[in-house]
Amino acid sequence: MDETKYGFWLPVDVSSHGAQIDNLMAVVHWFMLLLFVGWGIFFVYCLVKFRARPGHVATYNPVKAVFTKYIEAAVVVVEVFLLFGLSTPVWFKYKGRPASEKDAVVVQLVAEQFAWNFHYAGKDGKFGKSSTATMSGDNPLGLDPDDPAGKDDITTVNQFHVPVNKDVIVELSSKDVIHSFNIPVLRVKQDAIPGTRIPVWFHATQPGHFELACAQLCGLGHYRMRADVLIDTPEDYAKWEKENAPTPSEEQPPTAQQPAK
Amino acid sequence: MTAPTTHGATTHAGGNEHSHDQDHGHEHAHGHELPFWRKYIFSVDHKMIGLQYGLTALVFLLVGFSLMMLMRWQLAYPGRPLGWVGKLLGENAMPGGVMAPEFYNQLGAMHGTIMVFMGIVPLAVGAFGNYVVPLQIGAPDMAFPRLNMASYWAFLPGGLLMIYSFFMPGGAAQSGWTNYPPLSVLTQVPGQTMWLFAMVLLITSSLLGSINFIVTIVQLRAKGLGFWRLPFFVHAQFVTSFLLLLAFPPLEAAAVLQLMDRLAGTSFFLPTGLVVSGEQLKVAGGGSPLLWQHLFWFLAHPEVYVLILPAMGIVAEVIANNTRKPLWGYRLLVYSVIFLGFMSFVVWAHHMFMTGMGTTMSTFFQTTTMIISIPSVIILTCFLMSLYGGAIRFTTPMLFATAFLPMFAIGGLTGLPLGLTASDIYLHDTFYVIGHFHYVVAPGTIFALFAGIYYWYPKATGKQMDPTLGKIHFWLSFLCMNGIFMPMFFQGMAGLSRRLYDPTIYAHGRAIQSLNVVISWSAWGLFLAQLPFIWNFFSSLARARAVENPWSATTLEWAAPSPPTHGNFPTPPVVYREPYEYSVPGQTSDFHPQFAGEA
Repeated sequence: MDETKYGFWLPVDVSSHGAQIDNLMAVVHWFMLLLFVGWGIFFVYCLVKFRARPGHVATYNPVKAVFTKYIEAAVVVVEVFLLFGLSTPVWFKYKGRPASEKDAVVVQLVAEQFAWNFHYAGKDGKFGKSSTATMSGDNPLGLDPDDPAGKDDITTVNQFHVPVNKDVIVELSSKDVIHSFNIPVLRVKQDAIPGTRIPVWFHATQPGHFELACAQLCGLGHYRMRADVLIDTPEDYAKWEKENAPTPSEEQPPTAQQPAK
Repeated sequence: MTAPTTHGATTHAGGNEHSHDQDHGHEHAHGHELPFWRKYIFSVDHKMIGLQYGLTALVFLLVGFSLMMLMRWQLAYPGRPLGWVGKLLGENAMPGGVMAPEFYNQLGAMHGTIMVFMGIVPLAVGAFGNYVVPLQIGAPDMAFPRLNMASYWAFLPGGLLMIYSFFMPGGAAQSGWTNYPPLSVLTQVPGQTMWLFAMVLLITSSLLGSINFIVTIVQLRAKGLGFWRLPFFVHAQFVTSFLLLLAFPPLEAAAVLQLMDRLAGTSFFLPTGLVVSGEQLKVAGGGSPLLWQHLFWFLAHPEVYVLILPAMGIVAEVIANNTRKPLWGYRLLVYSVIFLGFMSFVVWAHHMFMTGMGTTMSTFFQTTTMIISIPSVIILTCFLMSLYGGAIRFTTPMLFATAFLPMFAIGGLTGLPLGLTASDIYLHDTFYVIGHFHYVVAPGTIFALFAGIYYWYPKATGKQMDPTLGKIHFWLSFLCMNGIFMPMFFQGMAGLSRRLYDPTIYAHGRAIQSLNVVISWSAWGLFLAQLPFIWNFFSSLARARAVENPWSATTLEWAAPSPPTHGNFPTPPVVYREPYEYSVPGQTSDFHPQFAGEA
């Protein structure tokens, strides 16, 4: 893993929509800084100029100030712009599912204390049936062994392979408590809530090895509920798919790969 | 008249001027001392109850802070044993002197709970509200003194039970101060149940108090004290009481529902088909984990304003008094807090943007969140403009009140990227959030509360606190507070999640681990900075008596003797003017009290 990509501000962004979030982040922080410095100058000026000293008396009548109204109006205008110009459009476009799912890779993700179970549809593009009713320690996704659609499905634990330059839709659910799917470099975060299945999508722009960190307190192992995020080149992704595809003769193993740690 | 011990219980509820007069006559007539347990323990006097609340809350604040100092060790030096402290806490919490992850989670959940529900709210509302509001409105006591006592006696057991839960098998609650189900319901330790019981008591206490404040402020104002003559602190407490009254019942209900999920096998918050550790969970199912979040945040967002409004009230009093001029935009301030109070009920779901909320809902809540920033900006502007043209005395309370302004500004401004949904995607549940709300609550509210303690200490004791120790306390605290919370914004921007027992598991955590060391040393430094305060607080009792109105203040509490006797005012005060008549042109002195008649 490339440790140099992280530092004291936003880490590298490897997603198609992250630039818009980073842009909003920059604009809002400059706005905050401007207001704070403006207030700060006025504040320090007052503290020095109007300090109590012999011969100085306070002014009883309130100072007529029009500029405060301008400042308040400016704050309103900037906030409206932030809200409808920068924030809402990103949310509208990138929450839920992408406009077209034709070329998208769909991954089903079931979170549990304290692991991430990824489920890929495999070559046929169809997910095998799964159900919480058949989940057990040996079958963490509750896959139906008799479903032909599931014969070629790939499952991994804490290993999240995705191809670069493709829309990836992750359908999130949890089997026990609330977890949160959080990949800082992809600017993606979404809670996984038991009893619901919530889609989230992204489009990675560079290959690399990154991290998925649970962002919602989920118990004593919350801090180590991490997964490796492997953004593969198309060739590497195809190679990984092939290597991990179950051969028809062998029985479907519920977990094709063991956790990295 | 009734017996002296039931002072006020019947006579004040009606709230007409005559009953006050009769009551006062009575108080002075009886002249015998109450037995110790009625005077200091089961007291119905608002001042004694205020002091009880204040001292208890300060102790709880220190306890909550101590939990954090322990956590900071693990965060600065993950996995390193903690010498004799580790041994002291035992093998369950700190096996081999190294903190266990479940103990870390207990400390985190309890730090939040203790600071908010047992520290700041009781200090801001229970202590300052109780002690100061009746005095500032010229009332002999609260409208319902026994209800007032009941409120403290619901708070104290609630707090003690909360602390006791650390000593139960499996330890205290460990699902965050938000106590989200299913985790909170599935965590099989009795401490988790105790958290809910204790919360029910704490909420009940606040509810009883809020009704009392509303009735007192409406009914028991002195003659001539119209709403536009009330000190801003009373307005702030009035709005706060409505927030408590309207927001706490949903959480009380939610706590009872969660108790039933834990104890009676219901599934209000548990969906169908839970599988825990590979086992199918045998519960009815059909519930919703998000229901809890809605009920919780419907309380907990107004709660933020319960924490900040009394603080703003104290800051307003101290600023007006120490700039020696009327507050700038007094009516605007009042309208702003009322609007703030109203809006605080329609922003709660901005805490839940990551729960799969639809775009319409998220747009609604981020819009209301932006709207609520406007009155906050106005309030800050009014305070800043109040400095302009003043003759500013840098007394200890004023230092804390002045520092409140930039600290609250940082806390408020950093709420913007969290309230905007797109940037919240990245910042949600990171250290940025912790930095944001701590700037509002710690160097914001807690500084205001310190200002209040230094400001009203002469009222409650008749003595001044030592100004040199006060200044040492202020500057060290100011430095350490910023050393603690400023780096958190950088941690958050770097992507570090909150509530992580060991942040160095992650590459983005390792890159900024040095900040955790800075924060931890600042936190331990902040503890040392409180020692001059603690010493000052007790040793000043031995100082010589201060003058009757040491700050040359204008509001009604200074019409009463210091400390005020039972019944507060020797004769019912009459109010002649606005609250902050400082530096009135043509006057010989630079303050013209509300209670001083025309000479």
